[in-house]
Amino acid sequence: MSKPRTLFDKVWDAHVVRPETPETPAVLYIDLHLIHEVTSPQAFTELRQRGLRVRRPDKTLATMDHSTPTTPRNHLGIIPVVDPMAISQLEQLRKNCAEFGIPLFELGDENQGIVHVIGPEQGLTQPGMMIVCGDSHTSTHGAFGALAFGIGTSEVGHVLATQCLLQRKPKTCAVRIDGRLGPGVTAKDIILALIAKYGVGGGTGYVFEYMGEAIRSLSMEERMTICNMSIEGGARAGMVAPDDTTFEYIAGRPFAPKGADFDAAVARWRTLPSDEGAVFDHELTLSASDLKPMITYGTNPGMGIPIDAPVPRPEDMPDARSRAALDKALAYMGLEPGKPLLGHPVDVVFIGSCTNSRLSDLRQAAQFFRGRKVAPGVRVMVVPGSQQVKRAAEAEGLDRIFKEAGAEWREAGCSACLGMNDDKVPPGKYAISTSNRNFEGRQGPGARTMLASPLTAAAAAVTGVVTDPRTLLN
Amino acid sequence: MEPISMITGKAVVLPVENIDTDQIIPARFLKVTDKSGLAAGLFEAWRYRADGTLNPDFPLNRPEAAGATILISGRNFGCGSSREHAPWALQDYGFRAVIAPSFADIFRSNALKIGLLPVTVEQTVYDELVAHYAVDPQMHLTIDLAAQTVTLPDGRQISFPIDAFSKYCLLHGVDQLGFLLNQEALIAEYEATHPQPVVTTAYSRGKTEEQGNDSMSA
Ligand code: SF4
Repeated sequence: MSKPRTLFDKVWDAHVVRPETPETPAVLYIDLHLIHEVTSPQAFTELRQRGLRVRRPDKTLATMDHSTPTTPRNHLGIIPVVDPMAISQLEQLRKNCAEFGIPLFELGDENQGIVHVIGPEQGLTQPGMMIVCGDSHTSTHGAFGALAFGIGTSEVGHVLATQCLLQRKPKTCAVRIDGRLGPGVTAKDIILALIAKYGVGGGTGYVFEYMGEAIRSLSMEERMTICNMSIEGGARAGMVAPDDTTFEYIAGRPFAPKGADFDAAVARWRTLPSDEGAVFDHELTLSASDLKPMITYGTNPGMGIPIDAPVPRPEDMPDARSRAALDKALAYMGLEPGKPLLGHPVDVVFIGSCTNSRLSDLRQAAQFFRGRKVAPGVRVMVVPGSQQVKRAAEAEGLDRIFKEAGAEWREAGCSACLGMNDDKVPPGKYAISTSNRNFEGRQGPGARTMLASPLTAAAAAVTGVVTDPRTLLN
Repeated sequence: MEPISMITGKAVVLPVENIDTDQIIPARFLKVTDKSGLAAGLFEAWRYRADGTLNPDFPLNRPEAAGATILISGRNFGCGSSREHAPWALQDYGFRAVIAPSFADIFRSNALKIGLLPVTVEQTVYDELVAHYAVDPQMHLTIDLAAQTVTLPDGRQISFPIDAFSKYCLLHGVDQLGFLLNQEALIAEYEATHPQPVVTTAYSRGKTEEQGNDSMSA
């Protein structure tokens, strides 16, 4: 019998074009290459300079999401772009896609959206695939049992030209999450708690495979939330073994196999989960049953605490380095050590991003807006991850719930996640954000970001202060 | 790409851990479609005060840091996004190497591709460098890529790890795309023997139904 293999091993092995040697990395074949306007232009320039073509436009798909505005459409149904640099970047992508024959979900298209939302939604993301994108949150697609990770622009050029990538094999890490989540505690809280426990560098060099009772009971959208933030724990990729939940999600989506092809695909996908006795290089654990809603107080996603806990005190830190890091973070955030975050005023609430902008996230958030008003002085942006999510949410009336409460219902895109379009958090202001990064200035210069789940964000939106969402549950 | 063998130069220490790519270059500087001029955005929020004036306390802004080519920083340097703009900006500013106790995976990979040398040293060596810099802000270091060593101010040589392939490419100024292009026969063979799970070009509004699975047509 052959050696038991992990899910990661199986996907890796199936994509080796040329095996790794001590002298050279493995050449891996890429099944799906997603591109967006920010990290691709220089790669196309390189291609042109060298007289190369895109080898497989049929394995490439582009969207516009990062520098696009999310302002509601005008009376002509158009989303106007006013930033000249954004216009030129979007124009460039349009031109590149046209010249090289790459399908593009452009601004205004019914399928446009955040790159990591559209892949799964279109059924492009499937188990066992190798997926890359010039974007670190490509790890999201690992929720389907794909091996998916972010690459740099040089590598975007490599994949465009050869459909291949040079990689050294990473190590594997089993992330066991046992137990069940309590009411008001979500997938976002799992991943924030995991990163708080093991740190932002804890997964460096590893590919995570999330497993355990808690993971199996999660929906695909929840699994995506967890895999999305693998990179925040330092792991380049996170994976979940495909199961019936996965197959049900994929069935019937535009790019999913149909009929007998689908059955054959499912039969193949069922062979992907890690074999009994497969060995991982490392293991991390977390109990979901003990978790409370999480929130971050600092300037990296590992600086998170249960929502009712006090902000850590520098004097309680184990060493001088972590004391210095905490001092710096608290000075930026303007927070007092030892005091709870509960009750802290909030200026902006952002519900969106590739972590939490799918239909289930919006449904969760909507339950707290229903019949309530946004607290005075708070700006609330609700930004669906894609045009499809937007339409689905509107079909069930979620947009009306948000708007009636006084929240902004916007067009699909990355929005306030990264401060590169018009949606920003003003300097010194406090935001509760369902996105994945609370780095200094991430949501705009001087912005103070607290990461949390859609439930916790919605609770703050209607109370105006950091609130334990469990107190608002019916 | 220019071959790299020896890097000798002045170092500057930025003693912060987990420096993320949003610090190295904030997203609002990413609206460019080329690689030039990114130095303007390097550590922008730290280099400048809110009123746009230079922050004199930031290590890179001190007079003695002028002309530094080696950046020394705390562990997990370059965490966060995959933006290659981060190493581009560091290189554009004049840095040729970054020394840190550890690097985020994507940053290291990106830096190696463009010839910005990531040098991983033990935490204790890093601590020594920080202490030495405190008394000698003119600290110079020599990095020998072929020998994989850093010569410390006291003359001691410590070795650092680097992937053999990246080292070869940097020493010879070879770019990795050339290597991949040479694999054409193997790539074609792989394509001929493996079904493709999705065909993105089958997309045209409402027409994706017609797409077959496992189709080999391009
Ligand atoms: S939503 Fe944020 S994290 Fe996700 S792809 Fe867009 S910018 Fe990146």
